[in-house]
Order: sequence, then structure tokens, then C-alpha cells
Amino acid sequence: MGKTLLNVEDLVVAFSMYRGDSLKKENLEVIHSLSLDVKEGEILAVVGSSGSGKSILASAVLDLLPKNAVVSGKITYDGKPLSMKTTPDLYGKEISFIPQSVDYLDPLMKVGKQVQGVKGSKARQEELFEKYRLGKDTEKKYPFQLSGGMARRVLISGAVMGNPKLIIADEPTPGLDLELAMETLKHFRTLADQGTGILMITHDIDLALNVADRIAVFYAGTIVEIASTQDFLSGRDALRHPYTKALYDALPQNGFKPIPGAQPYAGSLPSGCLFADRCPYRDDACAGAQPEREVRGGKVRCAHAT
Amino acid sequence: MRTRNILYELIRMLLLLILVSFLAFVLIAKSPIDPLVSYIGTNSTLSPEAKQEIVEHWGLNEPVFTRFFKWLVNILHGDMGTSITYKKAVSSVIIERFSYSIVLMLLAWILSGILGFVIGVICGIKQGGIYDRITKLFCLMVKSAPTFWLGLMFLVIFAVSLGWFPIGMAVPMGKLKSEVTVWDRLYHLVLPVITLTVANISEVVLYTRQRVVEIIGSDYILYARARGENQGQIIRRHVLRNVMLPAITLQFASFSELFGGMALAENVFAYPGIGTATTAAALSGDAPLLMGIALISALFVFTGNLIANILYGICDPRIREKEES
Repeated sequence: MGKTLLNVEDLVVAFSMYRGDSLKKENLEVIHSLSLDVKEGEILAVVGSSGSGKSILASAVLDLLPKNAVVSGKITYDGKPLSMKTTPDLYGKEISFIPQSVDYLDPLMKVGKQVQGVKGSKARQEELFEKYRLGKDTEKKYPFQLSGGMARRVLISGAVMGNPKLIIADEPTPGLDLELAMETLKHFRTLADQGTGILMITHDIDLALNVADRIAVFYAGTIVEIASTQDFLSGRDALRHPYTKALYDALPQNGFKPIPGAQPYAGSLPSGCLFADRCPYRDDACAGAQPEREVRGGKVRCAHAT
Repeated sequence: MRTRNILYELIRMLLLLILVSFLAFVLIAKSPIDPLVSYIGTNSTLSPEAKQEIVEHWGLNEPVFTRFFKWLVNILHGDMGTSITYKKAVSSVIIERFSYSIVLMLLAWILSGILGFVIGVICGIKQGGIYDRITKLFCLMVKSAPTFWLGLMFLVIFAVSLGWFPIGMAVPMGKLKSEVTVWDRLYHLVLPVITLTVANISEVVLYTRQRVVEIIGSDYILYARARGENQGQIIRRHVLRNVMLPAITLQFASFSELFGGMALAENVFAYPGIGTATTAAALSGDAPLLMGIALISALFVFTGNLIANILYGICDPRIREKEES
């Protein structure tokens, strides 16, 4: 595996907002001490349930958070700090973004022009449309005229316009049938095999297992474990965090066994391990902060993982 | 498909005009206005028999429906009746007055549209800033102020105190018609146009601002930023494009407010347009002229709305496709 492209270290994102009857602004922390890294030529899938704040991670990396967001921690690209202010030239060229849906395209601008963006060229767009089997007439269409599969390929075309080294894909497969989803993921795999690093955020763990090299398990605003895809395929004993194991057991092919409880809400988080109140191995060690540890080649935030 | 739409709009217009004129007709017929008294005056020495003859000649003792139908038939023959106030054919009064009003309305319409759009876009982009807040406050104040009061304020400040502009009318007093220049006309138009512009601008500003705020918060702006577009490119490529169409449409759809504001502004400035004619007609119980003006204003407002609808159909690809399929 190549060198590290993207490195996120202890990222904390909070939104300053009014809550309940209080007239004072409070900081609502939605991402807590999150760390991950994406290397050249690999797909890292961030897997977590809907509404757990995964998309905020994408926004944070792309420096697209709203003004009321308070961010701390380090986000570096190729060893240098990444932000719209310091590295504006990277966005849309070396780093690109694949959004969730066609709603992210300007409804009144023709698709071809939009894929070209401000940094691309017409020739490259035509080349990409041909590569992704988008008909010649597609570039003259408006976003609302695209079918689900076409929209997906258009968005990928837009993302690879500038030959990016790093792609951030936020939920790239919802609303697609299995065949289209697999096709999309195959495009991702091809890109990764050519050296692009891909951070793929998804709630679909099965699809992620099909294509990703490593899986980062997202729970209540942090990543509790990063394991190789192989670990998931080998079985629950190869996994490290109790939540990952529970997730593994809950998969349809592994018995469909749920555990009680629900993810804590961002406004009422426990102080120590975020999973503690649902964990069978809970003890005093779970009360404190959970630093990231290396265990058997993976990374985990759990005092008990072995 | 297109022709069917146009046909549909024409039928709608016809129905609207008939309804509006019928309503106006019934209102005037049921009002205390007595056309006979309006015509001969209160101090008339006419004998009761002669009066009775006029009443019968005009058909005033016939039921409202019959009278309305007669009026409608005459209108269809191009006869709008004779104005009691101006002792001229209603059609020629309306044409003459409208030619004054249309200049006033057109100038105010263009000015409020362009200025309002620009100010609104800036406010939306700088949302929450000091410029935005002051403009918003100004707009809300102007929006709550009646047009005639605005007109009076402008008169007091710019015509009376500062003496920059004439107090009223469309041409200088005591000047022969042949000596009146275009500059005289324009000079007299300044204050009425400013009044009408200010009265109409707040709506444009607030609407444009709101749309720009919505657009800036939309997913496609986020995406454009993620793709490395800078603020200027985002505004030019996405914000203006998306706010332009609804703003233009709104501007056409605002003909009714423009017309209402015009009537008030004209009265304050004694500007000889359709607005002052309306007041004069109402005060002297000039039923034929009132009917004519009601009909023309309905047509005017409807045309604005129709243009707005058509523009939407032509410019927005989403609606265009729906209409074509």
C-alpha cells in the first residue's frame, strides 16, 4: 500500500446552537476524537448507521461545514494541513467529492458544463462521458432529466475531472438497485487500483465489504475501530471492538441478532466510552477517554480489545 | 400543446374580464351614485318629465343584468361610452391618461426591478451583516408605509424644503403645450417615479434576498465549493442563474401592486394619469369611465401575470419539459 494521503487526527466537530428553552448558545458535539487515514490506492469505507453524523465527517474534510461549526483536531493531506483558506487549489483537482444525489447539481445548468466545472475542460468531459457510457446527448441535459444510474456516472465524471488523488464519496449508492450500486462500486475499485485513495462513507456494510480495503466503524460520532475487510470476512473473533462484533452478529448472514439500546444522542453523551452502556464487557476502565490503540494490525478505541 | 396553453389562457382572460366588469358594474349600480344626477348636476332645473325621458333613454330602470348585457354588447362593438367628467369618449380618455401613467409605471418598474435585484443579491450574499440588516429594516419600514404618505414625504423634503423638484403635475404651469420639452416632462416625473420605485422596491429586495439565502444554503452550492469554485464563480455561475428567473417572474406578477401604487402616487403629485382619472371619476360618479378603468386595469394586471407564466414556461427547463411532454 502506498503513502498516506489523508490523515484525520482527533477531529472534534461541534455546532454552536440554541437548545431547548435556553437562551444561551451551547456547543453540541457531533464528532468526537475521530481519527482515520486514507492511503494511496485504497478504499476506506466509513460504515455507520443513518443519522450518526457520517456526512459531517465528509463536510469537515472538505472544509464545507456551516459557519456555526467549531472544529478542532488535525486534518492533513499529503502531510500538510488541509483547508479552503490554505489549500484552495487542491479542491476540485487533487481532492474531489462525490455527493449523495443529483440534488447536488445546479438544477438550471446543463450537465456537461457542470461536470467541467471551473477547473475542467470540454475535451476531458467528453472523454469521461464516453468512458462512463454516457450518451453524446447527456451533456445537454439538465440534472432532473437524468436517471439514477446516469446521475451516478455523471457525478463520478465530475469527481475524476481533475485526475484526483483523493476522492471523498458521501453515500454514493442510496436509491440505486443492487446492480447499479455494484457498478458504481466497480468504478471506485478501478479508480483505487489506478492509485486513487477513496474515502467512502456509507451505511451499507455489505456493499462496503464487497469493495473496500479497510472498514472504519462509525458509532455515535466517532470511529471505534478500523479493521481490514478480511477481518470482517474471517469472522467475529478477528474483530476488536465490542460494537463491531455486535454489528457483525446483527448482519443477516450472521444470525440477525440485535443488541438492546440505541446510539446515544449527540446532546447527552456519556463521558467515557460511547458504547459503554450497551457493552457486555463494561467496567471501570470504560469511564475514561478511550485513546486509539493498535491491536492486531487494526485500530480500536476500547480498553478491553485484545 | 403550446397552442392549447395559449387558448386556455385566453379563455381564462375572457372569463376574468367578464367577471371583473360584472362585479364592478353591480357595485356601481348598487352604490348611491345616481348617473342622472351626475350627468345633469344637483342644481338642475330640468322638469321631472324630461328627467324621466333621460332615465328611459338610458335604460336606468331596467334590471342590472339587462343593463350589464347592453354595456357588454356595446363594449364588444368598441363603444365604452362617454365620460361625464371629461365630456369625451371613455376610450379616448383612457388612452390619453394611460400614455402618461405607462411612462411613470414603466420607469418605476424597471428601476425597482433592477435596483431591487442588485440590492437583494448583495443582502443575500452578506446575510446577517450590517448592510443586510439596515437594508432589511429600511425595506420593512417602506413596506409598512402607505404609498401616498411616502409621496407626501418626498414632496415635503425635495419639492417644498429643498425646492429641487416641482410640486406636481406633468408639465410646468402656464407653459403652452407646444413649448413643453421632453426635459420638462422628465423633470416632473422624477419625484413620482422615485416614490413609486421606493414603494415597490422592498418586495423585490426582500424576495431576492430570501431566494439568494436559500440558494446559498443549498446542496449544489456546497458541491460547487467542494469542486473548488470561489465565491465570485459561485455567484456568477449558480446564484444569479437561479435567482434571476423567479425575480423576473415576480416583477411581472407585481403589476397589480404597481398599478395600485401608481394610482396613489399620481394623486399626491397631481399627475394627470389613469390614477387621478380614477379618483376624479369616482368623485363625480362617472360610471362609464369607472367601468372602463376597471376593465383596463384588470387587463393590465392579467397581462403581467400571463407574461410571468409564459416566461416560466420558456426559461425553466423543468417546467418547459413538463409542458412539452
